[in-house]
Amino acid sequence: MRPFILILLIGLISTVAFSIADESSQDQNKNEKELSGKLIITGSSTVAPLVSEIAKRFESQHSDVRIDVQMGGSSRGISDVRQGVSNIGMASRSLKENEEDLFAFPIALDGISIIVHKDNPVTELTDEQIISIYTGKITNWKEVGGKDAPITVVNKAEGRATLELFLDHFRLKNSDIKPHVIIGDNEQGVKTVAGNQNAIGYVSIGTAEYDSTIGIPIKLLPLDGISASIENIRNGTFPIYRPLNLVTNTLPEGLTKAFIDYAGSKEVADIIEGQYFVTLSK
Amino acid sequence: MSEHSYRNSYKSPPCHKIGTSRRDYLPTFIVWFSAIFVSAVFFWILSSIIWHGIGQISWEFLTASPQNAGRAGGIGPILVSTALILVVCIAVALPIGLGAAIMLSEFTATESLFGRLVRRSLDILAGVPSIVFGLFGFVLFSNVLGLGFSILAGGLTLACMVLPILIRSTEEGFRSVPQEYRMSAAALGLSRTTTLFRILLPAAFPGLMVGMILGIGRAIAETAALLYTSGYVDRMPTSLLDSGRALSIHIFDLSMNVAGGNEKAYASALVLVSILLIINLISFYLSNHWLRRRIMPI
Amino acid sequence: MSHYRSDDILVWTLRACAITAGVIVLLITAFLVIESIPVLRSVGLIRFFTDPSWHPAENLYNLTPMLWGTLFAMTGSVLIATPLGILSAIFSNYYAPPTLARFYRTLIGLLAGIPSVVYGFWGLVVLVPMIGKLEPPGPSLLAGILILSIMILPTIALVADSSLSNVPGGYIIAAASLGLSRWTTIKQVIIPTAKSGLFTGVILETGRAIGETMAVLMVCGNVVQTPGSLFEPVRTLTANIALEMSYALGDHRSALFVSGLLLMVIIFGLILAAEWISRGRIYE
Repeated sequence: MRPFILILLIGLISTVAFSIADESSQDQNKNEKELSGKLIITGSSTVAPLVSEIAKRFESQHSDVRIDVQMGGSSRGISDVRQGVSNIGMASRSLKENEEDLFAFPIALDGISIIVHKDNPVTELTDEQIISIYTGKITNWKEVGGKDAPITVVNKAEGRATLELFLDHFRLKNSDIKPHVIIGDNEQGVKTVAGNQNAIGYVSIGTAEYDSTIGIPIKLLPLDGISASIENIRNGTFPIYRPLNLVTNTLPEGLTKAFIDYAGSKEVADIIEGQYFVTLSK
Repeated sequence: MSEHSYRNSYKSPPCHKIGTSRRDYLPTFIVWFSAIFVSAVFFWILSSIIWHGIGQISWEFLTASPQNAGRAGGIGPILVSTALILVVCIAVALPIGLGAAIMLSEFTATESLFGRLVRRSLDILAGVPSIVFGLFGFVLFSNVLGLGFSILAGGLTLACMVLPILIRSTEEGFRSVPQEYRMSAAALGLSRTTTLFRILLPAAFPGLMVGMILGIGRAIAETAALLYTSGYVDRMPTSLLDSGRALSIHIFDLSMNVAGGNEKAYASALVLVSILLIINLISFYLSNHWLRRRIMPI
Repeated sequence: MSHYRSDDILVWTLRACAITAGVIVLLITAFLVIESIPVLRSVGLIRFFTDPSWHPAENLYNLTPMLWGTLFAMTGSVLIATPLGILSAIFSNYYAPPTLARFYRTLIGLLAGIPSVVYGFWGLVVLVPMIGKLEPPGPSLLAGILILSIMILPTIALVADSSLSNVPGGYIIAAASLGLSRWTTIKQVIIPTAKSGLFTGVILETGRAIGETMAVLMVCGNVVQTPGSLFEPVRTLTANIALEMSYALGDHRSALFVSGLLLMVIIFGLILAAEWISRGRIYE
């Protein structure tokens, strides 16, 4: 008899589990007063941590709402929202020409900065030096005023907005770059550079600032002589900056609208600044 | 023919005591050295994990939610997600696997085309890389069936991965049931259904259990197949359609994507390895204990 | 034989189960093929091997560097793990006292159960910095080979162990009575007898090495290049899919499915080769 009880138990658990699944799969609720339902947000890995925190706070204020944030890259976020796979897309760049039919709602500004290990004596690199390092023409730190050690070049994997902006700014093609390590998300880049005293990489400024503040041994290098600080992004002097956008397919309504409004409001300014992004002045 | 009688009448000789001579010193040294080397590597890895991880394990860690991308807090929701994924996996794989195994061992002639085809396809299935399962699950369960990033999609994908192991082990279990049982049942006029449920299944149960536990062990350790099916969301799931982060994915995320996440990664790895250890122990205990409780051979 | 109605229902249910299980492989292949068609149609299969490099953003889809990455990692790890694994099996069968042998077998069994992420994690935080000190950058083919060897060792060790223990005791006694030394017995009598089992083990571990994703993703550096030395980073086919899948769209995504298909073909070929070679040897 005992084996059958076991099989019965498994069947019972699965039935219970499936019924939980059925109950909770509601569609978005159009009623604005009592917000409930589920939002699926996918897209850029730069924006994802920010939107996750905003979503957590939003959920704590509306107990029937559930927001799932998944990374997938800016292009993926836009494609998902177009196909209706997600409700909102996250993009760490402005919309391209062939995306003009979508609606973008910027919630913050961010920049891209070159990072090196904190103990690296080099404090500044010119644009030409950066290009030469990344294309493999300069291979040793001593050629740019550092220690006698080979440079470990960290590049981003294809398909990421951060990579596209980097290539754009320095007018390079990805096939020109001679990397030693390829990483995916920003944090991975930070981790790689922090673990290797001779590494150089580029990541989102928000990510880099946040991590260096909590003690990760990296430092941000200035570009063109302008230091990679929030102020310089805010006043537009830092060369590589981009808006962090929430993208929708149609004019947002209901829960989507409520969330986008919330994300753009002053109530989340502290979250944005806490992650070292720049709030948009309203 | 004479070998047959050797095999039956000689116990395995005490091999470690035979044939020592001076020429044997070098091979003996090499053999012992490689065994010690392998053990050393194992202990190195295990002690790394225990050393760095043990300090963080606490009830708090096992039940709290991850904070700050996992750098702080605990792995509570992740354990729940992992458990749910496993439940889905077993709930789906067990019936199908059991049915297929019974079919293959009881109702199909060994040389029949059907049996050979199914066995061949299961062999191939066992060799398919886990990331290909991930792709498959992503296309079939997440896209075509519209489950998106969900525990359900992850569990179904894992069920496909676990089937070959389950079927193989269950089949073994059935094969080890002496033929006399079946013949006696037939002589008594029992229907094959009754024979199956009343006699064969209880007798083959240890094989089934071992298969299920091996399958669970494989499923818990799986990462690549879950990356694109059950997703990364690290909050407590409220339904099977929610995305949930499995323990193995959490370790992956912390170690690759979170600067400063190594400590929690060690702790999570320790939890995962401990769970696997417990599962192995259970299967060991079961296969000994149950086997001894079986009906004595006629 | 028997004519009970319940039996008919039972047989059909069981048949359905077996068919479901058997059909999964076909489904996988079918979906891979369906998803690969877009890029095969627009880019063509030849370019997967002749394009200058793998840069999907610039419409370049050469898989060969990653194919080399997979092959080198696999070859290196099989070369290291096979002797160690077979020696381990020899150890537990013929050199270790029974208690120690049991302990060692348990150890290998536990090694087999450690998940690939844990191996990858350990490789990332322990092996890679060590290699990096020796020769930058650290994440490299060597790291991949070493981690893979540790991972596939239990496979060959366990299979070798069971084939060695199936060698009839009579052979060993006969060899001893002929005065052969232990190592000669092992080398000339036992191993040739266990040959087909050992061979199966090698095939299994090769398949495992080819299919491993997480560990190589974490320690190999993921640069798409044909490695010139052990210390250079590589990207394997499996790691490529894992890294780029969520970010890929259109042709790029389709190309990833092509690489998945390629993996399936390799595994399929491996299994067929194993069967073909061992076909004539069952009655040896």
